[in-house]
Amino acid sequence: MVDLTKTFDVIVVGGGNAALCAAISARRNGASVLVVEAAPKFYRGGNTRHTRNMRCAHDHATDTLTGPYPEEELWTDLLRVTEGHTNEELARHMIHESKEMLVWIAEQGVRFQPSLGGTLSLGRTNSFFLGGGRAMLNSLYATAESLGVEVLYEAPVVDLELDGATFRSATVQIRGERKRVRAAAMVAACGGFEANIDWLKEYWGAPAENFLIRGTPYNRGDVLKMLIDRGVEKIGDPTQCHAVAIDARAPKYDGGIITRLDCIVFGIVVNKHAQRFYDEGEDVWPKRYAIWGRLVAAQPDQIGYIIFDAPKMKLFMPSCFPAVEAPTLSDLAEKFGLNPTALNDTVAKFNAAVRPGTFDHTTLDDCRTEGLKPDKTHWAQRIDTPPFYGYPVRPGITFTYLSTKVNKQARMLMADGRETANMFAAGEIMSGNVLGRGYAAGIGMTIGSVFGRIAGREAALNARN
Amino acid sequence: MHATEALVEADRLMTLCNSCRYCEGLCAVFPAMEMRNSFADSDLNYLANLCHSCGACYIDCQFSPPHEFNINVPKTLARVRGESYAVYAWPGALSGLFARNGLAISIAVALSVTAFIYGFASAPAFSAPQSGAGAFYQIMSHNAMALLFGAAFLYAMLALTLSVRNFWRGIGGKAAPSDSSSVWEAFRDAASLRYLDGGGAGCLNAEDAPKDMRKHYHHATFYGFLLCFAATCIGTAYHYLLGREAPYPWYDLPVVLGTLGGIGLIVGPIGLLIAKARRAKILTEERQLGMDVGFTVMLLLTALTGLLLLILRQTSGMNALLALHLGVVFALFVTLPYGKFVHGIYRFAALVQYAQEQRAGGAPGLGLE
Repeated sequence: MVDLTKTFDVIVVGGGNAALCAAISARRNGASVLVVEAAPKFYRGGNTRHTRNMRCAHDHATDTLTGPYPEEELWTDLLRVTEGHTNEELARHMIHESKEMLVWIAEQGVRFQPSLGGTLSLGRTNSFFLGGGRAMLNSLYATAESLGVEVLYEAPVVDLELDGATFRSATVQIRGERKRVRAAAMVAACGGFEANIDWLKEYWGAPAENFLIRGTPYNRGDVLKMLIDRGVEKIGDPTQCHAVAIDARAPKYDGGIITRLDCIVFGIVVNKHAQRFYDEGEDVWPKRYAIWGRLVAAQPDQIGYIIFDAPKMKLFMPSCFPAVEAPTLSDLAEKFGLNPTALNDTVAKFNAAVRPGTFDHTTLDDCRTEGLKPDKTHWAQRIDTPPFYGYPVRPGITFTYLSTKVNKQARMLMADGRETANMFAAGEIMSGNVLGRGYAAGIGMTIGSVFGRIAGREAALNARN
Repeated sequence: MHATEALVEADRLMTLCNSCRYCEGLCAVFPAMEMRNSFADSDLNYLANLCHSCGACYIDCQFSPPHEFNINVPKTLARVRGESYAVYAWPGALSGLFARNGLAISIAVALSVTAFIYGFASAPAFSAPQSGAGAFYQIMSHNAMALLFGAAFLYAMLALTLSVRNFWRGIGGKAAPSDSSSVWEAFRDAASLRYLDGGGAGCLNAEDAPKDMRKHYHHATFYGFLLCFAATCIGTAYHYLLGREAPYPWYDLPVVLGTLGGIGLIVGPIGLLIAKARRAKILTEERQLGMDVGFTVMLLLTALTGLLLLILRQTSGMNALLALHLGVVFALFVTLPYGKFVHGIYRFAALVQYAQEQRAGGAPGLGLE
């Protein structure tokens, strides 16, 4: 039983990768640590549950990495995906620290494996957790608990007591009771607000009701909102979120990785009126993977349908739900509640516009349409061989960009420019400092681990003084 | 389209797992799964026998219960695996024995012991303690013993061979595993229980933490069994090739090997039984408990009676103990092809198939995020 009457050195709010790295790091620096996780034990860890790898710089190949990934190259990659929406000083600091992270995180019990299966292209840059993100979390929790870190589940923070730029206490809801917990320093590592539909609606309006949330329902951003309301400086576009097109049959929350669809390039995508609305062959998957959530979100009822024919079925990996199959396009349309005449008409126009070419799904090939609005600029092939297949798709929200602003010590800054006295942030709640836009596989975990470790260490130092 | 509910569920799980693949570093099941786009009964029987029930994929899975995807691979594959033994059993008419296996073993033990006691009762010197070379055979002639055990052993070997051949053909194995390096790889993987290890992180059993000792207990059991088997073979060679009759002095090879093996066969099965009793309920396939426990207890009884016989062979209890030991060993032999013993043979065959598949290569790729 955790004694909540005592004053902890460090309270860590959240229960994912960043939170646990902070807790372990603070504990190893001599602090007494309490972790308060809003989710029940099974759902602990927020988006970390669904991650698989982290992207750290390294100078040499290792057992599990096929070659070097210099700091400068990671920086270039980050600059490209964010289109410049990053803080260079912070980002370079993180990238430098990431080199040590591969060793440090392994010392905390996390195991890596060589990349296998279809992820070989990341084999040089990204380190894959053996068993995935939940396995990684299990290791971190085991280590934290063996060190004496105390953990409370189903313990959401419902209020924060701040005295100017100084944290005093957090009010935690435990089994229906509100408990005030005092600590000398606080680390906020409790993610973004992607599961908070009401908040999403502030920017997206009613369409947000039709969004599917890829992670747990506990990523509500309540603490993020409290911090901003109490004067902590924010950074990152509040209206933006990472949205991909996922299977519309996925559960509302926590469908995770397996609901993704990577077959858009092989067919056409139509809206509920059976009309195409964007160039499906713009670029190779996964480069343009993350634009389709946004595109579908802009369509009526936030729904789209990927339509293709029999020969394409073998070109991509099966996903968790089977494709909807029908002997004719009209039958397929009826299964999706589309107007059969409209779908037949759209496909007929598309087929007529397809120019001859040599199909090669591994490169930007010369198979394209001419005269359509919009054209399909690569991999355009006639859709004429039954049976016909389709997948319904909806926007799947992975994470949000709105963050609290921090410095290199992971210390939060106030809107008036002051440093906070004893408040730190790590992970998605401050990711907007370095990842203001876009995404690169594994970068979220790097942000979480590196800033988590820094935040824990700094919070422990802070508590001691 | 699937023969049983367990296969329907296994198909559902493998389809979901194949679109995730986070577990591919844990064991052989997931890389084998990745080589397939759909899962027929034969595929699922193959995957089920590759699974060593280490449990790591359950605790590592973000979709295990209470998640609505309800993914529990170890338990589902354990069920499919249990069913697969009956599917491929020879002769098919006896496949029902697997289901009644705990009972079948008890009856076999009872009948065997009765037969031996009955046989001994007719021996002239049943009540007097026996000692010196050939003492055992005053109770039952060596030739009678060899005939009885030889027949039981040969039947077990025949039934096992034909069953595993059914399995091998069923899972799409080539006519003969021509590739010796695959066989050697499977041999090493089986001998070291490579896949009872959570990919290096260790296994789970009673709790979330990988503190499982089953691998060690299994090694004690398996190598204990092999040592006992070696002791028996050497004893037979002594008898027929060298003309030396049992019992042998304590320092002689059959006794040394038998004693060491016997100790392994006591420690191992007891450890396995305790581990099984403590196994987390969510991972336990209750329907096979009878079969698992039956075989483990038989191994334990074999070792216990054998060691007791060694200790008490100079006393008047020897006669009854010998009858009991031989009865248990006989029962163990005749039930081998229809009980838990087959798991080792099927798993080895699956590992050979896995090694061959991996060498052939060609898993379809998966996109990234």
